[in-house]
Amino acid sequence: MEFPNLEYINQLAGGDASIKNKLIHIIKTEFPEEKKEYYKSIKLGVFPRIEENVHRVKHKISILGLTKGYEIANTFEYNLRKLNLNGKEDFEKILIVITQYIKTI
Amino acid sequence: MKCIIIDDEKMARVILKTLCNEIQSLEVLEDFPNAIEAIKYLNKNRVDLIFLDIHMPGFNGLDFIRSLKNPPKIILITSDPNFAIEAFEYDFIIDYLLKPLQFDRFKKAIEKSKTKNLTLASNETNSSRKAIENDFYISIDRRLIKIDLPSIYLIEAKGDYIKIKTENKDYIVHSTLKKIEEKLPDSLFLKIHRSFIINLKKIIDIEDNSVLIKKDVIPVSRSKRPELMKRLDLL
Repeated sequence: MEFPNLEYINQLAGGDASIKNKLIHIIKTEFPEEKKEYYKSIKLGVFPRIEENVHRVKHKISILGLTKGYEIANTFEYNLRKLNLNGKEDFEKILIVITQYIKTI
Repeated sequence: MKCIIIDDEKMARVILKTLCNEIQSLEVLEDFPNAIEAIKYLNKNRVDLIFLDIHMPGFNGLDFIRSLKNPPKIILITSDPNFAIEAFEYDFIIDYLLKPLQFDRFKKAIEKSKTKNLTLASNETNSSRKAIENDFYISIDRRLIKIDLPSIYLIEAKGDYIKIKTENKDYIVHSTLKKIEEKLPDSLFLKIHRSFIINLKKIIDIEDNSVLIKKDVIPVSRSKRPELMKRLDLL
């Protein structure tokens, strides 16, 4: 099981606290909204919208260092393009992990 | 180099700006959450380089590229390289970068954009390149398939797609006749109708306003007929 981390953000910020804080702030404000949108789209069952939601979250997954999670999201996004929900459960597990993590940063 | 950033994700824009700040030769003039706002800006301002996200809702990066009249150099930003394939048909696309962006790779792309000037200065024209190349690649279901140009006998427009008929197989590709026409050697191919490009070497016979190629009877536009006749080796 992999866990989110701030390695990428730290590396990018290169010791500049304002950049680091800015990126963390964006994750903390945007991720809950994107998660909400995703579940709304799932409820509606509109595949292009779900795909769009997954695509947006995917970038944050990679920024938080979840390499396997990124692959899972990628596969799910690809399946959604084919109107297939395979990978939904694994993707939603990642959402839970990130939700927990961003409370700690 | 004066540049702009187009990406619907705020996070991506902040990261790009951070990376650009590390390169002295780059000056970020503006960043845009969508392509439409960027087009309005480009109508009034000149830039040297655009960082462009391909996957954006509504008017996406490819739509944006197609809308440009005098495109500057463009570096694509994407989380899926397959989205970048179509865009590489254009000379002004320098490179593509995968999200999340890494500084070393970013620096390489910037270096490439400087080298691209040299390539353009070497005066390599589309026509000379077309004459040299004997094949090209098409993207189907995330695969790149090599097509041997002389094996193509007919290309037909089908809405947003084109059907490429070759000696061995037919292919349906998301593209336009105009785009593929730019890649074909003029010596071999001719657009004889708004929906058809033919390989002149594969013509079996011509009758009134139609051409027989293999088993396909293809209409010839009145305006294209003189050009067709000129290109035939008449006895």
